[in-house]
Amino acid sequence: MTQDTASVSVRDLHLAFGAVEVLKGLNVETAPGEFLVLLGPSGCGKSTLLNCIAGLLEITDGQIWIKGKNVTWEEPKDRGIGMVFQSYALYPQMSVRGNLAFGLKNQRMPKAQIEERIARAARILQIEDYLDRKPAALSGGQRQRVAIGRALVRDVDVFLFDEPLSNLDAKLRAELRVELKRLHAQLENTMIYVTHDQIEALTLADRIAVMRGGVIQQLDTPLTIYNRPANLFVAGFIGSPAMSMLSGRVEGGRFHVGTQSLDLGGYDGEVPARLDPAILGLRPEHVEIVEGQGGPGGLLATVDIDEPMGADSLLWLDVEGQKMSARIPVERSLRRGTEVRVVPVMDKASLFDAESEQRI
Amino acid sequence: MANPATLSAAVAAADAIPGADPGGPRGARPRRALSRGNVFLYGTLLVAALYYALPLYVMIVTSLKGMPEIRLGNIFAPPVEVTFQPWVKAWGEACTGLNCDGLSRGFWNSVRILVPSVILSIAVASVNGYALANWRFRGSETFFVILIFGAFIPYQVMLYPLVIILRELGIYGTLWGLILVHTIFGMPILTLLFRNYFTSIPEELFKAARVDGAGFWAIYFKIMMPMSLPIFVVATIIQVTGIWNDFLFGVVYTRPENYPMTVQLNNIVNSVQGVKEYNVNMAATLLTGLVPLAIYFVSGKLFVRGIAAGAVKG
Ligand SMILES: Nc1ncnc2c1ncn2[C@@H]1O[C@H](COP(=O)(O)OP(=O)(O)OP(=O)(O)O)[C@@H](O)[C@H]1O
Ligand SMILES: [Mg+2]
Repeated sequence: MTQDTASVSVRDLHLAFGAVEVLKGLNVETAPGEFLVLLGPSGCGKSTLLNCIAGLLEITDGQIWIKGKNVTWEEPKDRGIGMVFQSYALYPQMSVRGNLAFGLKNQRMPKAQIEERIARAARILQIEDYLDRKPAALSGGQRQRVAIGRALVRDVDVFLFDEPLSNLDAKLRAELRVELKRLHAQLENTMIYVTHDQIEALTLADRIAVMRGGVIQQLDTPLTIYNRPANLFVAGFIGSPAMSMLSGRVEGGRFHVGTQSLDLGGYDGEVPARLDPAILGLRPEHVEIVEGQGGPGGLLATVDIDEPMGADSLLWLDVEGQKMSARIPVERSLRRGTEVRVVPVMDKASLFDAESEQRI
Repeated sequence: MANPATLSAAVAAADAIPGADPGGPRGARPRRALSRGNVFLYGTLLVAALYYALPLYVMIVTSLKGMPEIRLGNIFAPPVEVTFQPWVKAWGEACTGLNCDGLSRGFWNSVRILVPSVILSIAVASVNGYALANWRFRGSETFFVILIFGAFIPYQVMLYPLVIILRELGIYGTLWGLILVHTIFGMPILTLLFRNYFTSIPEELFKAARVDGAGFWAIYFKIMMPMSLPIFVVATIIQVTGIWNDFLFGVVYTRPENYPMTVQLNNIVNSVQGVKEYNVNMAATLLTGLVPLAIYFVSGKLFVRGIAAGAVKG
C-alpha cells in the first residue's frame, strides 16, 4: 500500500467551521523527503490544511497518515511533526535556548541530550551567538531561524511551514529561501510549505499543489505547472507577468482570433477538430515579436505600450482588440502604434476549453 | 527680521516665510504653556482634585485633634495640638456593642478573609478564562454567556439562597463560608477579564506550545501565566479592594467574632454608648481605608512595569 512509502498522506479530508465547508474532500500524498508547496490565493484553506495535518484542528471527515501510521486522532506532539508559524510564535518570556528546549523538556529528555540537540540546531542555523537572548532582542530573520530551530531540535519526520518568510523584507526573504533549500537538502525531511508567493513556490518545491476554495487544482512539479497548467485558474495564478489569454475558436487545426488565424501545429497535446469557444494561453516569454508585416505565420498586432523592467521589457500588444504581452530585450524599444507580427512558440502554449476551463 | 539667528525659536518659527529664512525652523518645536485650552483643562482637573481631596483633608485633620478642639466647630482648621491618641484608641480600645478591643480584631479577620479569597478567586477565574479562550469545548460559548449573565443579577437576589446553601454545607458563619461567597461573586467579572486577555495572546503561540508537546497545565503555567503578569495585577487590585471594602457579605455570612474590619468600623462609629468621638471615628475610617490605598500605591507601580514589559515582547 502507498501509506508505507508516502510520508504524509491526506485522504478525503473534509473540514467545516460550522456551516462553512473550508476543505472539501482533499487528497494529497507526499513522497518521503519531498518538498511540497501549497500555493493559492488568500483564504483558500492552506493554513487550515496545515493545521489539520498538525492536529491543531478537529477534522470533520477523512484520514491523515504520517509515515505509514494513521494519526487522525493523535495529539500534535505524537505525530512526529514540527511547525513553523508566520508570526514566529516564539515564547517571549524564554531565552532562545529556553525556546529550543521547551519541546524537549516536555518529552522529559535528559539534560545532556537537550544541550547536544540545541548545540547541533544552533550550529546548523547559525544562531549560536544569540542562544541566551530573549526573542524581543532578535531581528526578524534571527527570530525565524529560532522558530525553525524549535522544529529542528525535536528531530521530526515532517516539517510544516506556514508562510514562514512572509513577514521578512524582500532581501532577507531571498536569503532565507536559499537557506531553507540548503537545509532541506541537508536534512532530507519531508517538508510541507505554505506560501502565496509563487517565486518561493517555484524555487523551493519538488512539487506544488495549487489550491483554490479548499480544492487542489493541480499537484505537479513546478515545471509542469508552469508549462502545462491544468486549467485557466492555475494558468492565471502562476507566472509573473501573467499569461496572456486570447479568446477565439479552434477549427481545422487552426486557432481563429477575429479575422486572423494561427496554425496550432506543434501544440503539446491533442488539438480537437472543433472547439468553440476556446482560449489560447501564451506566456510573455514564449512569443516572438517580428517587426514588419511580411513573413509567414503569427498574428498581426499593434504595439500599445512598452514597459522596461531592467533586463528586458514587457511589450503590451493589441491583437484584434484583445490585450496580450510579450517579453523582449530592453534595447529593442518599439514605438506605440508599430505594426508587428506575434509568433508564439507553439509547444509552450496552452489551449483551454473556455467552458470547462480545462486545458486540452 | 534683520538677524534671525538672534531671535527666539518661537518667533522664528512663527514668522518664517519659506525661502526667506535660509535656516528655517530647527530644534524642538516651541510650546506655549498657557493657552486657553490648557487653562481650562488644568482648571477642571484642579477643581476635581479639590473635590476629592477636601473630605480626605478634613478627616485627617479631625483625626489628629483632641475632643475639646473639635468642639470649637471649625472642621477645616489644622490641629493646634497634634495628638495620635485617637488612632491608638481606634486600633486597640474603641468599643462596639460587644467588645472593646477596637479595629484590630476586625483587621485580622479581614486579612484572614482577604488572602484566601483573592488567591482562590484569581486561581479559579484565570484557569476558567484560559480554558474558555484557548480550549473551546462543546458548549463553551453557552457556559460563558451564562457566567457573564451572572454579573448582571443583583446580589440581593442571591443573598438568602446562599445562606441556605452555606448552612446545608455546614460552613455558614465561618470564614471559609465567606471566602467561598467572595470567590463565587468574583467569578463572572474575573473570568471575563482573563478570557479577554488570553484571547488577545496570539493563537499561534498556543499552537506552537501544543506542537511542542505541552498539555493543558503546562501551557497555562509555562506559557500563558508568565505572559500575563499585568492582568494578574489588575485582578488582584480589583479583588483586594472589592473584598476589603465589602460590608454586606461580611454582615450576612459571618458571626460577630469573625466580622471583617468594615463591619467592625460600622459598629464602632454607630455605637451609642457615651459621647460621639469624631476623632476616633475618623481615625478608624482612615485605618480601614489604608489597605486598599496601599495596594494602589504598591501595585500601581508594578502594574505600569508589567505593561511596559509587555510592550517590548514584540
Ligand atoms: N476559526 C474559523 N472559523 C470560521 N472560518 C474560518 C476559521 N479559520 C479560517 N476560516 C475560513 O477558512 C478559510 C480558509 O482559511 P485559511 O486560514 O486556511 O486560509 P489561507 O489559505 O491560509 O489564507 P492566507 O493565505 O490568507 O493565510 C477562510 O475563508 C477563512 O475565512
Ligand atoms: Mg494562512
